[in-house]
Amino acid sequence: MNVLSSTARATAGPTAEAVPLDAAPRPPRRRRRSSIGHPRITPYLFLLPTIVLFLGFKLYPYLSAFWTSLTSNIGGVITFVGLDNYLRLLNDPLFYTALGNTALILVVQVPLMLALGIVLAVAFNSLLLKGRAFFRMAFFVPIVMGLVAYGILFSALFDSSAGIVNELLGYVGIGPIPWLVDPFWAKISIVIAMTWHYTGQNAIIYLAQLQSIPGELYEAAQVDGANGWQRFRNITLPGLRPALLLTVVLSTIGTLQLFDEPYVLTNGGPDNATLTVGMYLYQNGFKYFDFGYASAIGYALTVIIAVVSLIQFRLFRERAPKPISLKKPTSPKEKTR
Amino acid sequence: MTESLIGVRGRRTKSLVLTTAIAAGAVVMLLPFYWLIIATTYPSREIFASPPNVLPGPAFFDNLTGLLSDTLFGRAIGNSVLVASVYTLLGLVVCTAAGYAFAKFEFRGRGLLFGAVLVTLALPSQVTLVPLFQIMVTLGWLDTYQALILPNLALPFGIFLMRQTMQAVPDELLQAARVDGAGEFRVFSRIVLPTVRPALAALAIFLFLAQWNEFVYPLVVLRTPESFTIPVSLASLQGIGTTDYGQLMTGTLLSVLPILVLFLFLQRHFVAGILAGAVKQ
Repeated sequence: MNVLSSTARATAGPTAEAVPLDAAPRPPRRRRRSSIGHPRITPYLFLLPTIVLFLGFKLYPYLSAFWTSLTSNIGGVITFVGLDNYLRLLNDPLFYTALGNTALILVVQVPLMLALGIVLAVAFNSLLLKGRAFFRMAFFVPIVMGLVAYGILFSALFDSSAGIVNELLGYVGIGPIPWLVDPFWAKISIVIAMTWHYTGQNAIIYLAQLQSIPGELYEAAQVDGANGWQRFRNITLPGLRPALLLTVVLSTIGTLQLFDEPYVLTNGGPDNATLTVGMYLYQNGFKYFDFGYASAIGYALTVIIAVVSLIQFRLFRERAPKPISLKKPTSPKEKTR
Repeated sequence: MTESLIGVRGRRTKSLVLTTAIAAGAVVMLLPFYWLIIATTYPSREIFASPPNVLPGPAFFDNLTGLLSDTLFGRAIGNSVLVASVYTLLGLVVCTAAGYAFAKFEFRGRGLLFGAVLVTLALPSQVTLVPLFQIMVTLGWLDTYQALILPNLALPFGIFLMRQTMQAVPDELLQAARVDGAGEFRVFSRIVLPTVRPALAALAIFLFLAQWNEFVYPLVVLRTPESFTIPVSLASLQGIGTTDYGQLMTGTLLSVLPILVLFLFLQRHFVAGILAGAVKQ
């Protein structure tokens, strides 16, 4: 730069002397800049809206909820009651009912849905399937339907007296099944509805992961005489592991917070058979306006979710079979995927 | 040679069996949509006819005009369109700006702030229902659009997604722009944003869908029917025993129709939006 400006000066002659030419590319008064040349304040400016919103609508609410869970509100008078709400929760049979219902839906629905998702993903990935693009769409499309909308739709389909499901089952001599009015079948209805809604999404997640398994692995296995099941067991499943962990954890977190489906389909009934923890929180908070107790339920739910997720991470690390690499994936394409 | 012929035939049979099985599954998946469309074309008392209706009936416009005149559903559509659109636009700005800061800058407090984003990604949002309700009462924001739009604008998932995407933008590109004299905002809007356009589309769809379908939080902060969004309005219609079923089904269809149309045109981005972050870890 110095060289440039001095030659400029030299060629411009004495008249240019008065105008400082080397002011051009960089201002002489340097602002505080980082090593890579941006003002130090820049990242904070980009983060400003996030920080403000985060403090107001995330951090404060989480802290406030914890404080609220330590208080009780009797006739508008808020008093600090320590852990009373939590103790009450531990002795509340309805909370255990809600927890039990949620757990039951979880252990039936999540494995069923994920197993179906894997089967579908393998099918979508197979060259034997015709019209793959269409079928992928057909199974995926329920996910775009809002929870309330599909809840209303399923409550019509599963209507015990006049719903089309019983009508169709009647043609093959089954039923009528008391779908939404019987404690057992109401849970089954929710499981079916959720499976309809979420399976395609999980299948697509698995499909994306399947497509990153190098084809050479399958070719090598075939050469070695491995049959379809062995290839699935030893190549496909281990290859799916990251996606499996992700979907197991996400579905579990989602199901533990289950609210919309039971609210619309059964309203927690019959006889609290589909009352979930999320619904119980809502009822206490916004039907009985017992904010302290509702907040305690919220924090109990947080702890449950944290513990269950941790256990799942642990199990997956230990139990899952090690991926057998028949051939090291050497193709450079792999890395970009 | 005979063996390869058998191989071809075996493949064909397998292909046929597989395609038939998947097609049967697809019918089960799509049947509820078909039933819904048919249901909107019959008056209430004929929806549950036996044997079931297979072809469309004549009553769609009666149901539609009834729904719009007897209920505030038309208003709910307007509320939902407005809230979801504004939320999507502002959410894109907030999430991309934050994602950019996390991806491309070294600064004090970065670890702490990003850690906070990750923690809220995992915390159940139901914990915040009561405090958010109290905040909105204090601010006098019950039944307002801002009560729906603001709290989830800095969506942890969106920030995370944009950070992941923007990490792939080469630093040299930004440096070159700075050397050329571009201001920081210009670097962001002219260099970074265009290179992450697919991720922006995916995030936009994710944000719109999330707000369009959101239920429990609006249910808590919306108290008067005039302010209801579509899901809250639908649930309230369903809750009233006297609700006309033809109208309810028409409302349900209207709530998915725009999304379905968007989905058909933007399928690739939809899938990306829903997968985003899922596979990229």
